[in-house]
Amino acid sequence: MSAKSVTTASFQADVLSSGKPVLVDFWAEWCGPCRMVSPILDEISAEHGEKLTIVKVNVDEEPALAQQYGITSIPALQVFQNGEVVKSIVGAKPKPQLLADLSDFIN
Amino acid sequence: MREVIIIGSGPAGYTAGIYTARAGLNPLLIASSVEAGGELMKTTEVENYPGFPTGLQGPELMDAFRAQAERFGTEVLLDDVIEVDLTGEVKIVKTGGGQTFEAKTVILATGAAYRELGLPREKELSGHGVSWCATCDGFFFREKTIAVIGGGDSAMEEANFLTRFASKVYLIHRRDTFKASKIMQDRALANPKIEVIWNTEVAELLGETKLSGIITRNTVDGSTTQLDLDGLFIAVGNDPRVWLVENQVELTAEKFIKVEGRSSKTSLPGVFACGDVIDPTYRQAITAAGSGCVAALDAEHYLASVK
Repeated sequence: MSAKSVTTASFQADVLSSGKPVLVDFWAEWCGPCRMVSPILDEISAEHGEKLTIVKVNVDEEPALAQQYGITSIPALQVFQNGEVVKSIVGAKPKPQLLADLSDFIN
Repeated sequence: MREVIIIGSGPAGYTAGIYTARAGLNPLLIASSVEAGGELMKTTEVENYPGFPTGLQGPELMDAFRAQAERFGTEVLLDDVIEVDLTGEVKIVKTGGGQTFEAKTVILATGAAYRELGLPREKELSGHGVSWCATCDGFFFREKTIAVIGGGDSAMEEANFLTRFASKVYLIHRRDTFKASKIMQDRALANPKIEVIWNTEVAELLGETKLSGIITRNTVDGSTTQLDLDGLFIAVGNDPRVWLVENQVELTAEKFIKVEGRSSKTSLPGVFACGDVIDPTYRQAITAAGSGCVAALDAEHYLASVK
């Protein structure tokens, strides 16, 4: 997936301090549904990037971040605004449903 | 106008793809956008699919099925069918991505989806401690206490798999014997991290924003107990995915798509069904694959007869 990878070190700058809403995609290599959702997120990013930034966090590499945000199932898409999680989408969803779930941020 | 559209991408769908492609029918297989590959995508070792003496991973097996279907020309579309009209001579299939297709025949291979317990807050807690997929979510329960509900092979497999992560796995079943295959039962019963709780069902899910435990009820004497848990994995069977067609094709009393004898013929001409969506009894990858072949051959004969 083409989204930027975010780490514990870059989380503040890339996510919490962002002026735009940021969707953080928690994923892992071994997670099949995560891989299916990834191209859909790439499309959404291409279509709505000016309104919503999409980044990713690999839970194998950043377990502390996954734990901090209470991730117990992936894919988990957490939308951050002004440093807080304002929307949580757990599980792989088809594009039309994701667009509907994210309508507050992209419309 | 296509000769055949296959809806579904498990062993039944892809086998139908292989056979219809080899029959020169240029099949379109609509695989689902995020659930392509079917139930085997959620399992690890597949040891009972014939032809693989050392076993292989579920996703590997489905990759092979897909590659074989594509090799002969099956067009695989990663999209979701949201509506169909199968009642006319021309079958109409609409996708979530906005496309509409027409075909002379449709093969339904939509499979079955995991069954929920039907408890309050189950959907709410889904992904927050309640799960139906051990391979997907087991990772997040390292050193935790979890429970698996169920008595079949899936429950045994999930419980065993989860002991790789959890410190304790309760295996809760509403009867006093499992219906799982002997080899899977033996493995679960021999696993020191698994504790079986017989004659018990889940009465309530506890926890605010995430699961904290369950109330269990004994199916023999009705007594209830509270069990603190970090995770609950539900493996109590699957329900056939018939919502697309339930008002168009005839269903059985158990709500599976009804087919004629051992064929794949549904109540509508030119519409064939295969895999778990027609099968309440066997539900194996190999029986699904076999029925996918039957559907492809039935579709081929039908097309030849209406030419």
